Amino acid sequence: MLCLHVWLLGERESGMAVPGSVQEMRERVVLGEFGIRNVHTTDFPGNYMGYNDTWNYGRFENNFRIDIVKMEGDTLEFDMVGIDAAIANAFRRILLAEVPTMAVEKVYVYNNTSIIQDEILAHRLGLIPIRVDPRLFEYRSAAEEGEGTEIDTLQFELNVKCTRNPRASKDCSDPNELYLNHKVYTSHMKWLPQGNQSDLFPETDPPRPVHGDILIAQLRPGQEISVIMHCVKGIGKDHAKFSPVATASYRLLPEITLLCPIEGELADRLQRCFSPGVIGVDEVDGKRVARVINARTDTCGREIFRHDDLKDLVRMARVRDYYIFSVESTGILPPDILVSEAIKVLMGKCRRFLDELDTSQMD
Amino acid sequence: MEVLDVEFGHLSQEELIAPVDTVQEKWKLLPAFLKVKGLVKQHIDSFNYFINDEIKKIMKANEKVTSDADPMWYLKYLNIYVGLPDVEESFNVTRPVSPHECRLRDMTYSAPITVDIEYTRGSQRIIRNALPIGRMPIMLRSSNCVLTGKTPAEFAKLNECPLDPGGYFIVKGVEKVILIQEQLSKNRIIVEADRKGTVGASVTSSTHEKKSRTNLVVKQGRFYLKHNTLTEDIPIAIIFKAMGVESDQEIVQMIGTEEHVIAAFAPSLEECQKAQIFTQMQALKFIGNKVRRQRMWGSSGPKKSKIDEARELLASTILTHVPVKEFHFRTKCIYIAVMVRRVILAQGANKVDDRDYYGNKRLELAGQLLSLLFEDLFKKFNSEMKKIADQVIPKQRAAQFDVVKHMRQDQITNGMVNAISSGNWSLKRFKMDRQGVTQVLSRLSYIAALGMMTRISSQFEKTRKVSGPRSLQPSQWGMLCPSDTPEGEACGLVKNLALMTHITTDMEDGPIIKLAANLGVEDVNLLCGEELSYANVFLVFLNGNILGVIRDHQKLVNTFRLMRRAGYINEFVSISTNISDRCVYISSDGGRLCRPYIIVKNQRSAVTNKHIQELSQGYRSFEDFLHESLVEYLDVNEENDCNVALYEHTITKHTTHLEIEPFTLLGVCAGLIPYPHHNQSPRNTYQCAMGKQAMGTIGYNQRNRIDTLMYLLAYPQRPMVKTKTIELIEFEKLPAGQNATVAVMSYSGYDIEDALVLNKASLDRGFGRCLVYKNAKCTLKRYSNQTFDKVMGPMLDANTRKQIWRHEILDADGICSPGEKVENKQVLVNKYMPTVTQTPLEGSSVPQQPQYKDVPITYKGPTDSYIEKVMISSNAEDAFLIKILLRQTRRPEIGDKFSSRHGQKGVCGLIVPQEDMPFCETGICPDIIMNPHGYPSRMTVGKLIELLAGKAGVLDGRFHYGTAFGGSKVKDVCEDLIRYGYNYLGKDYVTSGITGEPLEAYIYFGPVYYQKLKHMVLDKMHARARGPRAVLTRQPTEGRSRDGGLRLGEMERDCLIGYGASMLLLERLMISSDAFEVDVCGKCGLLGYSGWCHFCKSSCHVSSLRIPYACKLLFQELQSMNIIPRLKLAKYNE
Repeated sequence: MLCLHVWLLGERESGMAVPGSVQEMRERVVLGEFGIRNVHTTDFPGNYMGYNDTWNYGRFENNFRIDIVKMEGDTLEFDMVGIDAAIANAFRRILLAEVPTMAVEKVYVYNNTSIIQDEILAHRLGLIPIRVDPRLFEYRSAAEEGEGTEIDTLQFELNVKCTRNPRASKDCSDPNELYLNHKVYTSHMKWLPQGNQSDLFPETDPPRPVHGDILIAQLRPGQEISVIMHCVKGIGKDHAKFSPVATASYRLLPEITLLCPIEGELADRLQRCFSPGVIGVDEVDGKRVARVINARTDTCGREIFRHDDLKDLVRMARVRDYYIFSVESTGILPPDILVSEAIKVLMGKCRRFLDELDTSQMD
Repeated sequence: MEVLDVEFGHLSQEELIAPVDTVQEKWKLLPAFLKVKGLVKQHIDSFNYFINDEIKKIMKANEKVTSDADPMWYLKYLNIYVGLPDVEESFNVTRPVSPHECRLRDMTYSAPITVDIEYTRGSQRIIRNALPIGRMPIMLRSSNCVLTGKTPAEFAKLNECPLDPGGYFIVKGVEKVILIQEQLSKNRIIVEADRKGTVGASVTSSTHEKKSRTNLVVKQGRFYLKHNTLTEDIPIAIIFKAMGVESDQEIVQMIGTEEHVIAAFAPSLEECQKAQIFTQMQALKFIGNKVRRQRMWGSSGPKKSKIDEARELLASTILTHVPVKEFHFRTKCIYIAVMVRRVILAQGANKVDDRDYYGNKRLELAGQLLSLLFEDLFKKFNSEMKKIADQVIPKQRAAQFDVVKHMRQDQITNGMVNAISSGNWSLKRFKMDRQGVTQVLSRLSYIAALGMMTRISSQFEKTRKVSGPRSLQPSQWGMLCPSDTPEGEACGLVKNLALMTHITTDMEDGPIIKLAANLGVEDVNLLCGEELSYANVFLVFLNGNILGVIRDHQKLVNTFRLMRRAGYINEFVSISTNISDRCVYISSDGGRLCRPYIIVKNQRSAVTNKHIQELSQGYRSFEDFLHESLVEYLDVNEENDCNVALYEHTITKHTTHLEIEPFTLLGVCAGLIPYPHHNQSPRNTYQCAMGKQAMGTIGYNQRNRIDTLMYLLAYPQRPMVKTKTIELIEFEKLPAGQNATVAVMSYSGYDIEDALVLNKASLDRGFGRCLVYKNAKCTLKRYSNQTFDKVMGPMLDANTRKQIWRHEILDADGICSPGEKVENKQVLVNKYMPTVTQTPLEGSSVPQQPQYKDVPITYKGPTDSYIEKVMISSNAEDAFLIKILLRQTRRPEIGDKFSSRHGQKGVCGLIVPQEDMPFCETGICPDIIMNPHGYPSRMTVGKLIELLAGKAGVLDGRFHYGTAFGGSKVKDVCEDLIRYGYNYLGKDYVTSGITGEPLEAYIYFGPVYYQKLKHMVLDKMHARARGPRAVLTRQPTEGRSRDGGLRLGEMERDCLIGYGASMLLLERLMISSDAFEVDVCGKCGLLGYSGWCHFCKSSCHVSSLRIPYACKLLFQELQSMNIIPRLKLAKYNE
């Protein structure tokens, strides 16, 4: 069994899985012209003769790896290899819906003479990402009504009044020059520290909206917005405003296999069928021969299937357990923290489940 | 060769052999056209014509009022004007008023009608100027409206939307549209076969004074004239004789001397012979005996002899529109002869006219309808004055009779206002009594309002099952939108104008008559009559009247058209030939449909790229194109004479005109649909109806309006795939919908029957979020006994000194304050009304302090609302007017209705969290999941293409066009997709959000413009356990608005009977409905009362039982009509 396992590993390294084989069925998702084959995970214990698919931690540890490919600002791209779709998907789902953040939940409107209706204004304010570490706060308990305390609530105020610009030239018609404060931006939001909150946050990094240039409303002279906002901790499942990511998703690693040597004009055509940089054409013995350089960057547009003479020469597949994750943070927390938070959430869930099991066993 | 040299000498060799380039952007003529004509220009033009010209003609026709009492007394109108809209501030002080003020204050946007008059007072002759006689509601954006010629900034100052089309009226604060009415052409001969197949001719003649219908019928091979005023049909030969054509030969000559024509007419002559009528006198006498006696109101002249009466009838009532001067009947004779000839020729040969042919239709617009109404009111006004003069003048008074003091304004004012606000057009003169002429302008969306302005309603009965008038006529091509018609009973009867259609107004025909004479048209009166039937002679008609004959009709028509193109004749005068009838028809009457076409000369479009360039640079306007004979208007009849090429490459040597753009054959509503030419036609029709229910934006002034119901979208978007029409009507500035990312796939079971699955995160982020505005209104009136309504401050709780819950949101003045949340049954205005509002009777005790009862305006609704604003003003009756605008913000919920622009509506069946949604390669989740079963049977290929074009547009960062018969090509769009690494077919590799594994199928994925329709569950949900009952029957009320019960109907009852659930039946139909305890006397069988039978005067046989209250009611009602129902009682166990 062990040697088989090693053989399997070897297979992956070589990147080959013979078309139509059990191997392929187990490890590749095949992109056909009219549909996708082998979409489901089938390596359950006992499903295949000659394979030992029982769970083995050591084997998992050997296979599993995470490579961080790119981390720039708010985006993170990493590869997660050797894991089941359910688990990979769980991370994605948790990132979207269960990692908590702080967002405006209650808006106390003291004055709003702007064109924007109170409810719409509140909705807009709610969707503004607030740059504050949610781990420093507690969830507000559902039972108790009231204002909330310093440990579960963050307050902001927004007081903007639009006036005429006395220094604007007479024949000017540009609102930017005619009026002062006629555009309400997130930078107008002012944090109101509650209790010991001012000690909690350094003066250089107070709680604030992630972006200062989000337009909240437009005003005209005489109009005024005066509101106080209460931010609470929440999760994306409750409302999308609590979701810490713009999006978190994954795709499977594409794999392009040339089933036979492709030469000459066909090679050039093949190159054009894929995203740039996927197929290279080399000059070998005076012939132009196609070669797969980097299948990873292919977008799987499946252009190949429009060429009748090419489509049978290439197999397009994706590696079943190779997840290329991409996490785009809204800027509240860095994406790597988000991922580790997501893992913590999953761990917490597992722990809770195990506890449940234990308690139920005791009964 | 020399000629060629002159023409082409300046061109080089290359230029000569270069292919003729096509006019690239001739669609640019369209915005230019719409700039001059506008979408509702027909309404405005027609109204302008009425208030500026027609009203003067009406005045001229009724200019003198005399009195029977004093022959010296008269009143003469010298001039009449319609002023600018104003409002009376205080007595005799007026101030200009803006339309929006009228809307808010429930007033009528109207202007005074003033007259200059000359009249006698005693022996003096007095001239008075600018005397008001009434008020005229003013059409918005007409020449007398304050909005004309204003800039957008000025519009904003007046709280008006610059994109609002105008063309409607504001009457008592309500926006009213006078729909375009379609009718059969007046004054035209229509030859038709009746149900039995016999051919006859009919003419509906109409002039200012009279309207009548004359029929020519054939009975047993003989011709008769049939008319309402005649008790029986008159043989046509007798009519001829009565008109002074006594010789049979002359009659036959006029009708035609071909053998078959003579043969067909001979029996008619014979009949005349049999009747022994040879002279005009005899004939007139014959007719005089057949005249139906009718004493018209007001015609109390000396009694005429029968002969005179018949002559009068022939001259003025029969074929009214043919002028007869001093009883010279020649023209009318020829007219009748032509009718007879037409019928003879139509017999056998299938040459009857088509009633549904659009050239035979005329459209009646606001101006025409109002002028009819005004003339009626003006006449009534004058006859009233005459009546007053007749009464007052004979009485000796200190002051001399001054008619000015008796001119009452309210008659005309109220007449106009009531007609427009109720839509009932009843005119005694024409025996016209039409209902539903006006409709409230639908402000559900911008498109709804626009669509209403282009709507045409037809006079046909909706209930009749006829297909002819409902079906699409080929002659409607380009004039009426083939898609935009409602479904159901009004299908095909209510139509909409196409984008470029113009409706003509009346024109002076004097110059045309002169011109025709100069072009060689010979007066028929100078001919003996036989010439009419010559093969090469064509009859020339002008607006249904015979003008004369022409030998070379081709030349006449050609010259006429050249003169029109040169601008010597109005561009809307049309001339067309009818070869089979050998006629030339010239029309200058109003109500014809026409549209502009590019003129083709020498197989080349007259409009060239150079012209278009100049147009886009602004050197040229649409008018210039008309004046330089590059473009001309063709009406339906003239289109038949022309050879119109759809595209430039289809021009042949016969082509006379070129279409400007084919997509203009669609109307405003159908113009919104992207790729409509790929859709199954009914789908476009459905979308036309649904576009009017889509919520979005209704105008730039939407936030200033206080409408009874207004739906707005929180975040409206412009469609990714637009059309030229969308740009032209500026839908992008007032959109109604959002671009939703759609995945076409099956998801859960909650998407059957077109239901949609929505993404919860999208809803959280504002997709489909809408605002619903409603208003509450109250007036504070003054009553005749010097009491008045009042508003009182909130009531305080006795213990807490706080406002009671019902009055929680009231300010100190007793009116709710803006920004507050109102819950069901809370008070908005705490109004009190005096208990006694009548003037106390003379002699009764002097009332002390008036007693008040509270009549609060309360809020009713299943959910809470917020108060947006409160308006306090006064209305036209000087009563206080309080309007409160209430607002609700709603996010989509299960059961809300959505639709794409392809007639694919569906309700939301499930809302799914984002993490459960499938996602594509780049991590995009759809906003909407739509089931693919929606496609095969609907065949809305346009939607598929919209998705592709939308996707490519999103990737490329530009908008694609889906204009009808054009737009971005699928091929190009798909190439774009490939460039961005997407699949050529728009099908993406998608991963399931639930399992995390890829889906087995590729999913069609991309943005589609979705509309949220006004039907929302919140407005429809209804359930009741207990609730109100009707007073009369004590049964539960009906309908949601009355919190009614859910009816267990006959069929449900049948089920229960069939099932044998009799106790349930009893419970449902009686116990839970209207059970009632009655005392019945077992002896007499009548109903008793509290254990006592009043009939038997005893209580010994009275027993109590439960019956439905409705049953008891029935017994009593029967008793009231002397039918005594008796109940027979027996012991249950006997």
